[in-house]
Amino acid sequence: MLRLIVGLALLAMFSAPATALDREAIAHWTGGDPDEQHKALDDAAARGDLTAIPFLRDLLADRVKLAGDKALIVDGDKAVDALDRTPAELPADAEDVSTSNSLRLAIEETIALLEIASPDRALRLEAVKRLQNAELDESRVALLAKAEQKERDASVRDTLRQMRALGELQSSDRALRLAAAQALRTTISGRVREALKTRLSTEEDGEVRVALTRSLRNVESSLAVGENLGVVFSGLSLGSILLLAALGLAITYGLMGVINMAHGEMMMIGAYATYVVQNLFRTHLPDHFQWYLAAAAPVAFIVAALVGVAIERTVIRFLYGRALETLLATWGVSLILMQAVRSLFGAQNVQVENPAWMSGRVFVTDNLELPYNRIVIIVFSVDVLLLVSFLLARTRLGLFVRAVTQNRGMARCVGVDSSRIDTIAFALGSGLAGLAGVALSQVGNVGPDLGQHYIVDSFMVVVLGGVGQLAGAVYAALGLGVAGKILENIAGAVLAEIAVLIFIVVFIQKRPQGLFALGGRQVD
Amino acid sequence: MKRRVLVKSLGIAAAGALLASTALLPARAEDKGPIKVGILHSLSGTMAISETVLKDTALMAIEEINAKGGVLGRKLEPVVIDPASNWPLFAEKARQLLATDKVAVVFGCWTSVSRKSVLPVFKELNGLLFYPVQYEGEELEKNVFYTGAAPNQQAIPAVEYLISKAGGGAKRFVLLGTDYVYPRTTNKILRAFLHSKGVADADIMEEYTPFGHSDYQTIVANIKKFASGGKTAVVSTINGDSNVPFYKELGNAGLKATEVPVVAFSVGEEELRGVDTKPLVGHLAAWNYFMSLKNPANTEFKKKWAAYAKAHAIANADKPLTNDPMEATYIGVNIWKQAVEKAKTTDVDKVIAAVGGQKFEAPSGFTAEMDAKNHHLHKPVFIGEVKADGQFNVVWKTPGPVRAQPWSPFIPGNDKKKDEPDTH
Repeated sequence: MLRLIVGLALLAMFSAPATALDREAIAHWTGGDPDEQHKALDDAAARGDLTAIPFLRDLLADRVKLAGDKALIVDGDKAVDALDRTPAELPADAEDVSTSNSLRLAIEETIALLEIASPDRALRLEAVKRLQNAELDESRVALLAKAEQKERDASVRDTLRQMRALGELQSSDRALRLAAAQALRTTISGRVREALKTRLSTEEDGEVRVALTRSLRNVESSLAVGENLGVVFSGLSLGSILLLAALGLAITYGLMGVINMAHGEMMMIGAYATYVVQNLFRTHLPDHFQWYLAAAAPVAFIVAALVGVAIERTVIRFLYGRALETLLATWGVSLILMQAVRSLFGAQNVQVENPAWMSGRVFVTDNLELPYNRIVIIVFSVDVLLLVSFLLARTRLGLFVRAVTQNRGMARCVGVDSSRIDTIAFALGSGLAGLAGVALSQVGNVGPDLGQHYIVDSFMVVVLGGVGQLAGAVYAALGLGVAGKILENIAGAVLAEIAVLIFIVVFIQKRPQGLFALGGRQVD
Repeated sequence: MKRRVLVKSLGIAAAGALLASTALLPARAEDKGPIKVGILHSLSGTMAISETVLKDTALMAIEEINAKGGVLGRKLEPVVIDPASNWPLFAEKARQLLATDKVAVVFGCWTSVSRKSVLPVFKELNGLLFYPVQYEGEELEKNVFYTGAAPNQQAIPAVEYLISKAGGGAKRFVLLGTDYVYPRTTNKILRAFLHSKGVADADIMEEYTPFGHSDYQTIVANIKKFASGGKTAVVSTINGDSNVPFYKELGNAGLKATEVPVVAFSVGEEELRGVDTKPLVGHLAAWNYFMSLKNPANTEFKKKWAAYAKAHAIANADKPLTNDPMEATYIGVNIWKQAVEKAKTTDVDKVIAAVGGQKFEAPSGFTAEMDAKNHHLHKPVFIGEVKADGQFNVVWKTPGPVRAQPWSPFIPGNDKKKDEPDTH
């Protein structure tokens, strides 16, 4: 008898309409009347209608078109009927369904509310996370409470309980409020901080206030750690770009005392070389497009180095020792290079895409997300720095470069061909600037005046760091990057630039030789 | 004696002939030859991304007019100058156009700082400027006609939409702009407007970046932090190629339009060309024209532009895009032509008197009418959301054209300003 009853119950369960995705619901969702759309979405969520999810996802992805009274899901030029997914014809006058932000938000939240009951744990967890920032009205709170009771998985249940606690902060029951305030102590998110703050401003019960304050303090200090780490990271990212830009300049300026105003244009040449390599990969090797950066780095280095050699041989070697003339001459060269690029590639910016593996970010905490492209650039700068310091410290060429930097006369006396070293060092410095251009092409605009934005910063780093060792450039670049970002956080971008410049002016007054000066006897 | 008389009379005759010929020459050039028309847009530098197509649109309109016989039977001869996004150079080149090239009219400028730089030159030399870009108002000059939107035709309706339920019901606002007069003044107006809607100062965050700024990490992180305090919307008056890294950073940070919508006033189809628009779906722009508008005038306009771009091998001609400032440039050139035909001369003062009241069937689908007195166009307002293909989907619009209020009622003291230029 019992078996019969259970069997009938099961039968009833399975014969209840599982497909509530019907013409009417679709008509409401695609109708264009916002009130109807929201109501139809709320209905679907309340019904727990899981079959609506695929259609809603298609609606979100702009794959739905209307043809007469039928709704079609379109993929390229193939279409299927929305109700039963049978292939259908795609008429030429099929209308797009227009969605707006508020509708898209409502659809996303409805999908999340539906997926809370999904058998797949990963989907449930994602759905709950998605709802953390959603507006929770009474019906949704009830839905979430029901889901929490049925939930077996610990982490999903915890998240649901935290959301319930957020709602219970406003409850009239003191015990509930106390429990909620205590439960939220370990939920680190901006939304929790705001909820705790708001509640604290109107809370009258002493014990609840204590719990709220303790939780708020914990949440705020954890969030502050995330924020500060974020500022430091963006400072490191900016510093790594400055380092790449200034490394080459430190070598040429330190070695030859040449003020090379065309250094920025070397970076621009490196960025344009990346653009050319990207286009070549796109037309000839589209399958390997993701790796175009690996090819672009050596190409940019070589092209910029060659241009550097050309400049050194034709202009700078004749002006050795005359700093002012070198400055003017290299300024002229920079104008020539800019106009040459304008004539070759056009005056407007060109588009350099990030490869797919560089898009996206790493979630460290709720308010700290580190984008991949900047992490890659930091790693790249560190690699370049290590290569250059290895080159300078461990190779014969590096030995000669250091010798000529420290005392040109003595080096020549012991047989070092200083003019050949000049050329090689200038090529190296320009090549490094080319590598900086590769990095810049990934995070900023690539145009003929790319160099103009960075030449002043490069000189600031070199002047601040001193020309004795590479360490000077490293500390100066990272220091300026982090300091600049901290100031930007406090005072805004414009004032931060001004403050950094003033700081450098004052620093140079006190210590003209920079952070790391060249010791020893030097005839200047 | 006779020879002296002969020489004297020959000399007088020669002088007389010389005088007569010099008196004739300028008259001949003014009445018969081609009419010179100046085009003053940045073709290089940070603003080139936005302004280059305006130069090409003006050239297209001129070519169209010349094909139909020109103006008053005379062909139009364009004089194209590149002031390279350099504001003092704008003033220099404007002087060159007016004093040396003696153009009858100038179509130019984008940033308000470029317009403010050339204004003294146009007033001194009594030139005529048609300015096609949305701006902050607070200006009404006899020598300028404004075919772009004033704040009440763009900024105010956009913020009203953001506050409304359909627009997301925003309670907190981030006013983010490039650091110069247009964003600063527009944000002053918007702050006063938000106060009038009950938004407190604590719920308004104002930030500025210099021209050409490309590192938006800190700012986007601050926007995220600000947004945790309530439903937030960003009002962006960033100008030039800084928009590209800004939108890239928004996409990188995963700031979706459903959470924090960004409405931009200086970003159109052309500025989105260099950006991956898939993470930006749902972000907004407010203009008086979108390429996606469906009406016969727009279809015609887009066809003409596509043909022109292909024929003249303009960059990106394989994917031709049209936008609001292009439409405004097109309207401006045609309204000037109509005014010259009405005044039957290119004399600046007479043309100025004839421009007021001119009508033109605009690609927006509405009749653009130059107001009889206040030198601004009546324009419809559209708010569009970015689609994955870089086009805009119109989500809100005014029923018809809106009259401009160059002196915004939200700035104290503006109720005393006249709705027409000061000197006439």
